[in-house]
Amino acid sequence: MFDSSSIIVGLEIGTSKICAVVGDINASNNLNIIGVGQARSRGVRKGEIADPDAAGEDVRNAIVEAEQMANVEIRSVYLGVTGNHVRGFNNHGVHPVVSADREITEEDVQDVIKNAKAINLPADNSVVHAIRQHFQVDEQNGILKPVGMYGARLEVDVHVVHGHVNRLKNSIAVVKGLQLEVDDIVFTGLASALALLSNEQKELGSLVIDLGGGTTEYVVYCDGIIKHTGVLAVGGDHITNDLAYGLKTPMNRAEQLKRDHGSALFEPGDKGQSITAPGELGVAPKTVNLEHLRRIMSLRLEETFALIERELAHLNFLDRLRGGVFICGGGARIPRIETLAENIFELPVCPAKTNSISGLKSALDQPEFATAIGLVKFGSLQQKRKPGNGLAGGLKRTLADLFKA
Amino acid sequence: MIMNPPIEKTDEPALQKTISIKVWGIGGAGCNAVSALNASVLQGVDILAVNTDSQALAACAAAHKLVLGAQRTRGLGAGGDPELGRAAAEDDLDKMAPFCAGADVVFIMAGLGGGTGTGAAPILARLARERGALVLAIVTMPFEFEGKRRQQQAQSGLQFLQSAADAVICLPNQKLFKLLDEKTSVVDGFKISNALLAEGLQGIWRLLTRTGLINVDFADLASVTRGRHAASSFATAEAAGERRAEQIVEKLMAHPLLDGGQVLTEADAVLVSLVGGPDLTLVEIDKTMEPLKRQCENAHIIFGAAIDEQFTHRLSVTLIASRRQPEETGARTSQPAHSASGDKASSLHFLDTDAPDDFRHPPRLAPPPPEMTAEQKEQLFKTQNVRNRKKLSRLQKELPLEIVFKGRFEKSEPTIRHGEDLDLPTYIRRGVPLN
Repeated sequence: MFDSSSIIVGLEIGTSKICAVVGDINASNNLNIIGVGQARSRGVRKGEIADPDAAGEDVRNAIVEAEQMANVEIRSVYLGVTGNHVRGFNNHGVHPVVSADREITEEDVQDVIKNAKAINLPADNSVVHAIRQHFQVDEQNGILKPVGMYGARLEVDVHVVHGHVNRLKNSIAVVKGLQLEVDDIVFTGLASALALLSNEQKELGSLVIDLGGGTTEYVVYCDGIIKHTGVLAVGGDHITNDLAYGLKTPMNRAEQLKRDHGSALFEPGDKGQSITAPGELGVAPKTVNLEHLRRIMSLRLEETFALIERELAHLNFLDRLRGGVFICGGGARIPRIETLAENIFELPVCPAKTNSISGLKSALDQPEFATAIGLVKFGSLQQKRKPGNGLAGGLKRTLADLFKA
Repeated sequence: MIMNPPIEKTDEPALQKTISIKVWGIGGAGCNAVSALNASVLQGVDILAVNTDSQALAACAAAHKLVLGAQRTRGLGAGGDPELGRAAAEDDLDKMAPFCAGADVVFIMAGLGGGTGTGAAPILARLARERGALVLAIVTMPFEFEGKRRQQQAQSGLQFLQSAADAVICLPNQKLFKLLDEKTSVVDGFKISNALLAEGLQGIWRLLTRTGLINVDFADLASVTRGRHAASSFATAEAAGERRAEQIVEKLMAHPLLDGGQVLTEADAVLVSLVGGPDLTLVEIDKTMEPLKRQCENAHIIFGAAIDEQFTHRLSVTLIASRRQPEETGARTSQPAHSASGDKASSLHFLDTDAPDDFRHPPRLAPPPPEMTAEQKEQLFKTQNVRNRKKLSRLQKELPLEIVFKGRFEKSEPTIRHGEDLDLPTYIRRGVPLN
């Protein structure tokens, strides 16, 4: 059997589904996906736990399925977190180089990063990620590795993702309740970006939008580093809810209509057309106006994209996204969603492919799995980093101590 | 708003007392539109082309030309910036003044969305109005593909223009797509747009200058188009032969700018001007008007008919329909449903002693409301109230006042962005009606 230390599990507790992906680092240090487990989620609203018991049961089902498929025993997971409370911002740290010859040492680098992480967060908030961006030595910008360089002043930018401590703990508690360890918590938007983007795309500048069931996460990469992250607590559930209200149908039928007939764009050809939702047990068949359905849907999606566009335009990122926009999550399955995104962002929109990983290809090349695969990838990066230099990595966990206590 | 002294000329037969009509094309689209006009026959009309771009102006076929803001833009155009267009117009107001002299009616033609048309048109409209002319603007709105920004510029330009001009007729270019097939070239597309503007202008010119059997004048026109936002559309149709009355109705109903009669159904006010030869019969008028009337049941219809020798055996209809903004609903409840021209003296007398509940300013050349007995008035109120109630109940859906059940998200923490609760359906917050 597999050596358990080489097993990495990503667990995403999503609003519409719970997904566990098992990866294995083989002898040549490549990541291979060997198992996937899924369960329908019932205890989550807008990306956060609303019913711990139901959520725990669903997580167990997903984990068991993944264990069976991969034929391993899962002991610990990398857990994806999201929610309206998660925020990202950039911070700056400064450190004077003290050594006599002004050569920058490893200690200087550690100090400047420490300074950058000294952030004034609201009480009850804690850091999920503090991701190092570029160093600056004196006035020279964009330095990747300052050790060994000469300078009087070392500066660094970090991107900090933080969230509300108790709300982060809720999802950790669900996992711990199943006698599983949490290796680390990871912002799901970051995980999706890891799964989708190649290094080249990160260099060019890319926007990843994860249209989930309860939340929409977005991550901006420019010049190879994370520039911006955000969460909008609006997702596929909102579309279903809008449809249920607008078309006067129950939620489950609205969901079915959305999947079968939905589109991100309202086209003139839809005018006056109607569709019949088949009757189910106890529910009579109903005729629904296709125009209304698509109009409600496209308005909601357009608004979601426009909110993101507005935020990025305000921060002047839109001109720097030459790699384009990548859409994943269940929302990426909506027909014409790429055209809508192209119209709003005025950028090329690429179909998202999780091609940065090998293993179970056909089962994995689906937009819904991007986050869970990204979690595994995050884990593999962490594990590769563990032996040897424990700090040089761009991603450093800070919460681990907090939650192990 | 200061009312200009009434100009009686438009009430008089144009053939006896010539009224001075000027047409100003402003900006690139406006200049193209007046170039299209030049080819057709408009007697006694002064045409002036105004642009900030001297090169484009040189290509224009108008009789008079003026470069706006020559110092500011050096004749290089406003570069799509309405502020620059506005500033250019304000610089050269003095140069424009001679062109206003003695004008009774000024038509302004412009394409909104760019720099010169959007910025300068309202300024020049105000100038002409201050000099005592009646100002009617006929403008195009940009195609949707021209982008959100131009669309927004056009909208704000339109608002300025509406406050500056007496009446604005607006042709959304997007509607042109219904006139075009896949093979129509860009050049032809814009030609059609210009031709439509010209057609509209000629229709209105005819309406103003020709004596009517049943007269329609500028005041009627203004009462149809005033205070409405981007929702006036017009259509012209001609037919000849035995079945011309039936044919003309068919043509109107098929007219792309009327959306197969949809525009008429939604319209609040419709002006129909009919021109025929001396052989025009009353039955034909009835045959034309009856289906139109049925189509726009809710609208206030102003009807005019005129006789012209040139139109022997032919029939031409110019139709202007406009839809009122919802918030204005009810402001005109005391407006008489039908308007006919009456004599001025009684009008003044009537206005002086009019009931104070009619606080709306009468249009400058308003024909007097017909004399009515108290009983008739009451009846009129009743019918109009019923109509308004219907309209209000139809509007109800658009108002975001109803309490919306947030369904699944009722109990969860609301998602607030920029002061909006995103848990409520977007279409409700945007007020998009689902009929």
